[in-house]
Amino acid sequence: MDILLAIAIMALGAVVLGAALGYASIKFKVEGDPLVEKIEAILPQTQCGQCGYPGCKPYAEAIAKGECDINLCPPGGMEGVQRLADLLGREVKPLEAEEKPKQVAIIDENTCIGCTLCIQACPVDAIVGAAKQMHTIIAQQCTGCELCLPPCPVECIRMDTLTENIDNWKWKFPVIKIKPEARQAAPLEDAA
Amino acid sequence: MSHYLFILVGAVLVNNVVLVKMLGLCPFMGVSKKLETAYGMGAATTFVLTMATGASYIIDHYLLMPFGLEYLRALSFIVTIAAIVQMTEMVIAKTSPTLQQTLGIYLPLITTNCAVLGVPLLNISNGHNFIESLLFGAGSAVGFSLVLILFAGIRERVEGADVPVHFRGAAIAMVTAGLMALAFMGFAGLDKYQ
Amino acid sequence: MLKQLFKFKGGVKPPTNKTQSTTLPIAGAPIPSRLVVPLHQSIGGTPRPVVQAGDTVLKGQLIGEADGWISAAVHAPTSGTVVDVGMYVQPHPSGLDAQCVVIEPDGRDQWIAHAPFDYAHATPDAVRHYLQQSGVVGLGGAVFPTHGKLTASKTVPMDELIINGAECEPFITCDDLLMRERAEDVVRGIGVFRDLLKPKKVLIGIEDNKPEAAAAMRAAVNALGEQFLVVQVPTLYPAGGAKQLIRVLTGKEVPASKRSTDLGVQCFNVATAYTAWCAIATGQPVISRLVTVSGNVQAPRNYEVLIGTPMGELLQLGQPHPDTDGIVMGGPMMGFLVPNDTVPVVKATNCLIAHSERLFPPKAPEMPCIRCGACAEACPHELQPFELYWNARARNFGKTQEFHIFDCIECGCCSFVCPSRIPLVQYFRFAKSEIWAREREKNAADEAKVRFEFKQYREEREKAEKAEKLAKAAAAQAAKKAAEAAAIAAVESPPETPAPAPTEATGNTPLPAVDPAQDAKKAAIAAAMARAKAQREAAQPKNTETLNADQARELADIEARRQQAGIVEARTAVPPPSDAATQKAE
Repeated sequence: MDILLAIAIMALGAVVLGAALGYASIKFKVEGDPLVEKIEAILPQTQCGQCGYPGCKPYAEAIAKGECDINLCPPGGMEGVQRLADLLGREVKPLEAEEKPKQVAIIDENTCIGCTLCIQACPVDAIVGAAKQMHTIIAQQCTGCELCLPPCPVECIRMDTLTENIDNWKWKFPVIKIKPEARQAAPLEDAA
Repeated sequence: MSHYLFILVGAVLVNNVVLVKMLGLCPFMGVSKKLETAYGMGAATTFVLTMATGASYIIDHYLLMPFGLEYLRALSFIVTIAAIVQMTEMVIAKTSPTLQQTLGIYLPLITTNCAVLGVPLLNISNGHNFIESLLFGAGSAVGFSLVLILFAGIRERVEGADVPVHFRGAAIAMVTAGLMALAFMGFAGLDKYQ
Repeated sequence: MLKQLFKFKGGVKPPTNKTQSTTLPIAGAPIPSRLVVPLHQSIGGTPRPVVQAGDTVLKGQLIGEADGWISAAVHAPTSGTVVDVGMYVQPHPSGLDAQCVVIEPDGRDQWIAHAPFDYAHATPDAVRHYLQQSGVVGLGGAVFPTHGKLTASKTVPMDELIINGAECEPFITCDDLLMRERAEDVVRGIGVFRDLLKPKKVLIGIEDNKPEAAAAMRAAVNALGEQFLVVQVPTLYPAGGAKQLIRVLTGKEVPASKRSTDLGVQCFNVATAYTAWCAIATGQPVISRLVTVSGNVQAPRNYEVLIGTPMGELLQLGQPHPDTDGIVMGGPMMGFLVPNDTVPVVKATNCLIAHSERLFPPKAPEMPCIRCGACAEACPHELQPFELYWNARARNFGKTQEFHIFDCIECGCCSFVCPSRIPLVQYFRFAKSEIWAREREKNAADEAKVRFEFKQYREEREKAEKAEKLAKAAAAQAAKKAAEAAAIAAVESPPETPAPAPTEATGNTPLPAVDPAQDAKKAAIAAAMARAKAQREAAQPKNTETLNADQARELADIEARRQQAGIVEARTAVPPPSDAATQKAE
């Protein structure tokens, strides 16, 4: 008798709570997935496809779904991996591909034949030109994705590494030498 | 009046649920890396804990004790707590998706937070009435949030400091928590002055 | 007149080391062996060079045209020949180079034709334009183009115009001597600023370790009958900082988010006022400035130096001691070691200090921060340098911005007082440049995203337009065929195979019914081919008017080969090169 009462009470509790939860799940339903936007904001928008996905948004969606790892984006660098790890609470892994310094593409105008194949390939429309007219790359808008190099039939596009100039020069992290200079009189150092 | 005040002070400082009673250490360690998550977690736990103590008291006094089903306490409390946490999670998902993302897995883990189960049980063992139970529950939750926020603040600073390599991360966090627990021992006896 | 002065929190009192260089009057530095004039000498846009190698220039001739509103022109400091317009090492801590105009003086120092500016009849805009074209920039160190600061705010009336004669940094005495010797010109220059900004009061702030300068300025103000107030402020570094001086003289604290004009205050350096007046009174653009040569030298002194003088040559005038191992541009608090001694003096150079280990013992290595708070006590902007330090070290740049790192003026007070000898300012500079770099990257990424999304939209749109066009063409074609078929069916006699539905393949239709359609089609195709052919023939090479002999020959050969291969019919020969082309043949 007691046990039946106990079961009945528990069942009653369960039903009441279950009903409340069911009602709440309908009333508080959430659409969409804001996580994708946040992941995409971290990605460098190079749209290069080196991660294996056709653009930064598909990669962001894949990460949000948990389909792939966060260390597939070379243009984002280790910093991008770090920020993704902070956002998602996943562990930081080293990059799959090697990290290259920022580069921009440049067309050798003597060799260009005006075929427009690179213009179609550029994901951010950074190449100016028309059929049988000279093509040129707008350096400020080039993201360095290298998608224009394969289609060019005369291989007139090359990548230039961006160099430091006075405008974009950065102060370096202060490094202080603590060890005193090796003394000249000590012959052991030379032998080693 | 002073009786209720002492219960409150006792719950927040003297018998602090994390550093003195050593309950709820999982979210304490896991969510305290950033100050923003600590705020959110503190708020969520306060809400859940207060609701849970109230609901547990009602269930215990009007459903379990009249029918002599005290042995079902743990079971029914857990079920209630789970339901409340689910509700909280849904509300948070709707109102602040960012908070839900930052708290991540720790939001549903409030269910298994031993503090959230422990406080209602402590209420019963202390023989509190309804008001006292609520005060004790709210006070414990405030104490939990307080310690969580303090710990998160310290951890953020320690992260930028020159910690020896082998101590970085969890180790220095544990050491800090231990030192904080020692500090909170200083409150002992504060609520006994009648 | 008593003036109530305010105090700013913090500040330090380093040994001033100013008496060495104030004993002698200003001397003119001789014309150096060559002048390297950088084009970018002010904040804002880089001036465009208007001369090239080989040109002869006169003193004061324009060599760099201002680019945009926030930019100032650059002029040749002496007459001579332009040797090169290229990249040379800059007096910048990075040691990187930028575009410079190198002039070899001819020794005659011949001025270009110039006349005083008609100030009395000029509009304010004309005065500002003239100052920009004369290259007048702030000579206090920030080198902001002065004309950009000479417009009063439309919403907030100008209460005080502050003239900064404080010169708080040790070793530097160029403003001191300028005020002692040329006070009247300075006051006239201040008058120009007063006319353009129309403030209620003009305050000239001079530190109280410069009594002669203050007396000279007072005398000049009285002699010219102006109502300017010369105020002596307590000697405390960095009282010469713009926001600090504004606070001391007016009590106003300019917050980070606002400009000082929003509070009705504007601040200029005395040397800026002086050069502005010189430009107006004599028509001579900014080609020289006063530079203090001090430090490990036997004869410290102030010189009037031509812009572009190599610093090594200037330092020799002070007779540096043999153990000098470097040149510091600026003072010991905010200055930096220049990369080598060939870098030129620029408009921002107010002092050269000969550096030696005896005079500036090397700093002991950095020790851990003990959180003593001395840096926070010393900071003139009430920042918390230790917080900025910890967060910059941990590369937590978001937190550094929360602690207002961009309010830091890099005065060096915190590094000066740190008992652990931490080079705090270096950490702040590192953090600031990292934050700027990230901002640039983020802006580039946002732009790339916008362009990417537009490209996707454009491709969709083109696809849709193409599909629409095809659909329309197909519908038109189908309608045309239906009409033709119907017409033919109406003409033909019934026993013949009935005309098929227009949508069937043309192969099914009986020959006579299709022929007209096919003929029409054929005719259309033939017409199109003829058009294309005519276009090809009309497309002559376009740039044949300026061929030289070799190019014309090459073209003729190519044409001959094409004719032989049968690619193209014989067409009119390429026109022979014109006389102009042969003249330009190299």
